[in-house]
Amino acid sequence: MTLTAEEAARFAGLLEDNSDALVATWTERVAATLRGRLSHAELQRQHSELRKAFQQALSGGAQAIGDEPAAELRAQLSDLSASRARQGFSVTETAVSVFAFKAAVLTIVDQGGGSEAALRDYVALSAFVDEAALFTSDSYVRVREELIADQAEQLLELSTPVVKLWEGVVAVPLVGTLDSARAQVVMERLLQTLVDTGSPYAIIDITGVPAVDTQVAQHVLKTVVAARLMGADCIISGIRPQIAQTIVALGIEFGDIATKASLADALRYVLGKTGQAKRLGR
Amino acid sequence: MNQQGELIQVNSDQDVVRVRQLVRTVAVAVKLSLVDQTKLVTAASELARNTLVYGGGGTVEVTTVDNGRRPGIRIVFADQGPGIVDLDLAFTDGYTTGSGLGLGLSGARRLVDEFDIVTAPGAGTSITVTKWCR
Amino acid sequence: MERVPVLKIGDILLVSIQIDMEDQTALQLQEDLADRIVATGCHGVIIDISALDIVDSFVGRTLASIASISRVLDAETVVVGMRPAVAITLVELGLQLPGIRTALNVELGMDLLARERAADDWEFDEGDAEDESEPETPAAAAP
Repeated sequence: MTLTAEEAARFAGLLEDNSDALVATWTERVAATLRGRLSHAELQRQHSELRKAFQQALSGGAQAIGDEPAAELRAQLSDLSASRARQGFSVTETAVSVFAFKAAVLTIVDQGGGSEAALRDYVALSAFVDEAALFTSDSYVRVREELIADQAEQLLELSTPVVKLWEGVVAVPLVGTLDSARAQVVMERLLQTLVDTGSPYAIIDITGVPAVDTQVAQHVLKTVVAARLMGADCIISGIRPQIAQTIVALGIEFGDIATKASLADALRYVLGKTGQAKRLGR
Repeated sequence: MNQQGELIQVNSDQDVVRVRQLVRTVAVAVKLSLVDQTKLVTAASELARNTLVYGGGGTVEVTTVDNGRRPGIRIVFADQGPGIVDLDLAFTDGYTTGSGLGLGLSGARRLVDEFDIVTAPGAGTSITVTKWCR
Repeated sequence: MERVPVLKIGDILLVSIQIDMEDQTALQLQEDLADRIVATGCHGVIIDISALDIVDSFVGRTLASIASISRVLDAETVVVGMRPAVAITLVELGLQLPGIRTALNVELGMDLLARERAADDWEFDEGDAEDESEPETPAAAAP
């Protein structure tokens, strides 16, 4: 049931002739759904622009939302979904603006007498509007995904300082839950710092990590092995009692990796080793 | 949605180096992270060497791909060699019929996101690997 | 085929791999090094791989062979300058490089070799005529 050129032209006329009444009914319905979270004036502005875009698309002969004359309409719908997504509206609350348009148009058609021909036209238009609503939902989802990706990236930037503790010793205090992406960032940053500072020792402090599962342990172990391949030694510190129990219960092998209860212990251990190394070198 | 396939004949040591260089160039172009570039080039090096040593030479085709959400690189290693008789065994760490460390196939699989192998005794081997941008 | 140059500095042979090696080049390096260790009587080999953007299993195996061969010839090998991305990839690949000593850079590699020698020579240290080839640079300051 696609829209024919004549039907589209008839609706373009209808939208033009009844513009004020249409926008009013439309805004009324949407405002009821959003319960005052967007001002009446704001909605009215959005809807009159959308109405104009619908009219433009239809008078240009658009039969589907992907058609060339509907380009402006698509742009408007994308803007609408982007702003609703950013303001934290749900996908329903976003699509309702488009669906309510149908209801508003039906009211106008009814007022015009509701002849059988007019209703048939309406069904054809309805398919077009449904497409527009689907398009809106799609762009809403896309914007939300972008938002989430951005936020995840910002979190990563925040969360992983690598600090120099002593000449030749760097430390990375891990805070919060380690997922695989974050663990990878930590790992890369730590190893790069070892190279940049020429530090043969790194202390990974996990005091701030609430829980250790096999995956987290795997990541820490891989970091230690990679550091060894590069010629640096890692010490793990800040293992709390319940984490020690989990590690043993999960059967995770720390092998010959040095583990210390506190950062201070770890530093003392490293300085002991470098002191010894230095004596041997003399 | 595939574009820009580039084909390299692999018949010598030098060709393996050319495969590495091509994969590196394409990986930089689609903006893989440094670690992912390194993983992909290493996997390509292992598999191209397999094509040369075990497959008796063949072709390597590098294509950029896009799954609609993110770009990636697909590499196909094809040879007309003897094929692989026991795939499970070939994927076992440390197993080798040649003089290598036996990490080529299993290791390469861990370095990429997707790994497909089509082989039969006497019918050659074709391995397709894909790495996606994060 | 290109060849990787081997430099002699004091008691150490220094190899800095600056090219994307063909497999043959790597094997040639292995031979060259064995020859040079015998010819010079050096006791240490430093292989700088900081310019390598990948180390695959073939190069890894060659490095391991070089280390074993030099050990037989009484020279200790240290591989230095491995890039983080390379190390991460090797871990994922499952390559352990057993028997290879590593250091972050050439300087730390030389320290390591000097320490090894010192430990070896511990009991013969007194009144030894052999002078140290380079001044010590301490790896870390003592507190």
